[in-house]
Amino acid sequence: MNEAATSFADRLRERLAAQILRVIDSVDAPTVEVKAEHWLEVARALRDEAEFRFEQAVDLCGVDYLGFGDAEWDTSDVSGEGFSRGVEGFGPGRFKWSERPESAHKDNRYAVVVNLMSLAHNRRLRLRCFAADEALPVVPSLISVWRGLNWFEREAFDLFGILFAGHPDLRRILTDYGFVGHPFRKDFPLIGNVEVRYDAEKQRVVYEPVSIEPRVGVPRVVRDDARYQQARSESAHAAAGK
Amino acid sequence: MQEIRNYTINFGPQHPAAHGVLRLVLELDGEVVMRADPHVGLLHRGTEKLAESKPYNQSIGYMDRLDYVSMMCNEHAYVRAIEQLLGIAAPERAQVIRTLFDEITRILNHLMWLGSNALDLGAMTLFLYAFREREELMDCYEAVSGARMHATYYRPGGVYRDLPEQMPKYRESPWTKGSDLKRVNGWREGSMLDFLDAFTDDFPKRVDEYETLLTDNRIWKQRTVGIGVVSPEQALAWGMSGPMLRGSGIEWDLRRKQPYAAYDKFQFQIPVGRNGDCYDRYLVRVEEMRQSNRIMKQCVAWLRAHPGPVMVQNYKVAPPKREEMKQDREALIHHFKLFTEGYSVPTGEVYAAVEAPKGEFGAYIIADGANKPFRLKLRAPGFAHLSAMDEIAKGHMLPDVVALIGTFDVVFGEIDR
Repeated sequence: MNEAATSFADRLRERLAAQILRVIDSVDAPTVEVKAEHWLEVARALRDEAEFRFEQAVDLCGVDYLGFGDAEWDTSDVSGEGFSRGVEGFGPGRFKWSERPESAHKDNRYAVVVNLMSLAHNRRLRLRCFAADEALPVVPSLISVWRGLNWFEREAFDLFGILFAGHPDLRRILTDYGFVGHPFRKDFPLIGNVEVRYDAEKQRVVYEPVSIEPRVGVPRVVRDDARYQQARSESAHAAAGK
Repeated sequence: MQEIRNYTINFGPQHPAAHGVLRLVLELDGEVVMRADPHVGLLHRGTEKLAESKPYNQSIGYMDRLDYVSMMCNEHAYVRAIEQLLGIAAPERAQVIRTLFDEITRILNHLMWLGSNALDLGAMTLFLYAFREREELMDCYEAVSGARMHATYYRPGGVYRDLPEQMPKYRESPWTKGSDLKRVNGWREGSMLDFLDAFTDDFPKRVDEYETLLTDNRIWKQRTVGIGVVSPEQALAWGMSGPMLRGSGIEWDLRRKQPYAAYDKFQFQIPVGRNGDCYDRYLVRVEEMRQSNRIMKQCVAWLRAHPGPVMVQNYKVAPPKREEMKQDREALIHHFKLFTEGYSVPTGEVYAAVEAPKGEFGAYIIADGANKPFRLKLRAPGFAHLSAMDEIAKGHMLPDVVALIGTFDVVFGEIDR
């Protein structure tokens, strides 16, 4: 993180104080969490104001924060159970369509993340906006600011079911015609819902429930131990010695 | 009075010029396109979701299968994102090897583009020429990774292994023998660097050959000049990058503006178009091949002079050597943990982009401290380019749509992910 970027984060805080929740210093660029009601306003300001000039929206994606930071393998305690404790989890790879956790709940579950780039200042910025209502996540569409986000918003709608208010053509884009559900939600099974095959007798393509069993090879493990700090200090050391 | 209505046709998904599985619904008024509605997603495999259920390293192979004509560049973006989150940096030699292979990949991609685009527009010979050179470079892929396309060569912390001492040779077969065998093995007597040296010396002549066939070709110019003009304003608004942006006269190249790997070590120029039409983008891409060749040449010279490690020595991230594992218990434990559980990446988020041959390819990772990414979003340049199809194609003739699909350089592996 160089000095110029840090001061840029401060300038962002100052300029947008009323419209944002916070500014996070990520590894690569500042991340700004914007209040949903100011989403469009902030986007337009970032594009047009001479100080920011983010002409290009590089990427937009949806995020489902359900299960953020949850582990499937307890690493804080010693156990004699061996690998068996690693096979009972609740990640997307571990249940079928009929077993999906429909009552799952989390505050601020859905978010939309936009990665911006300013060619004029050679700078990147990330915006995030949480959708208030978990049952019907709605976020204002940014098409009026960057029209290239059209498909990206369609994709986020398709995969996460996030609705973009003001989008002129919110159709599914990546999934099959007539697809049910939003596949990238964390409560959508990894193996999917239906499978397709050609039926020779009926002489047409038929949809059937998936026949494969859910299976996860490696459990989700959260560890935060000294080794990563060691790695960082070693690489810093190597860089300094060069 | 007869009623005249616009005619709607389906272009693809099974059409040789649709470059894979593009279904394009075109509304035509006579032969003029009034509306183009691309339907994508026929190749959607849910790469991002699959990656969420696997340790970080196991998804590198998926990256190859995104844009399957510029494999290593995809890996590069993903691997770089992980490295940034972990706070590690690959050794210098690994960075130069990555630079070398990114440029090999760029030539591979542009050759594929040139060959297939020319084929779409009626020039058959070029396709054969382009694939002749692709073969040589794919052999380099094979020599370092064992696979001609899906290499999985880049790893967080470096590259899988150093360049081979001996370039693999052709063996005698009923089709290649005698003087033929001698000819194809001519460059392959020494190491891979010798081979690449010979290749880079020869390649500009090959590019001249392509240009002889196309640059002043009357038919080629009729099909590309003034077709698919993208204004600089449009290019920015639609999130275009790479040759699409540079073809419209905006000098923007991540290799120069936000240098990664070892690009700041080497000399190269960034070609920029003037009119933003298909012909300018053709010229830009051809010139990029020449520049890539130049970078490769410099990389080869650097690699000859600077031996060294190609992987970080941190066994929490990179596996220890096999010989070490036979001797050292600690190394065996590291190896076991790394391949059963993987490494946990600290909580945070990062967007890492590389200048892939088609444009900006980015990997956005949200990590929550686990050994698997919480969310992985891959930003494919082709997705943004193709989304501008309706605006760019409006008012063009039906055959120009083929030129447009070609000039966008779409590959559905990356668009549908």
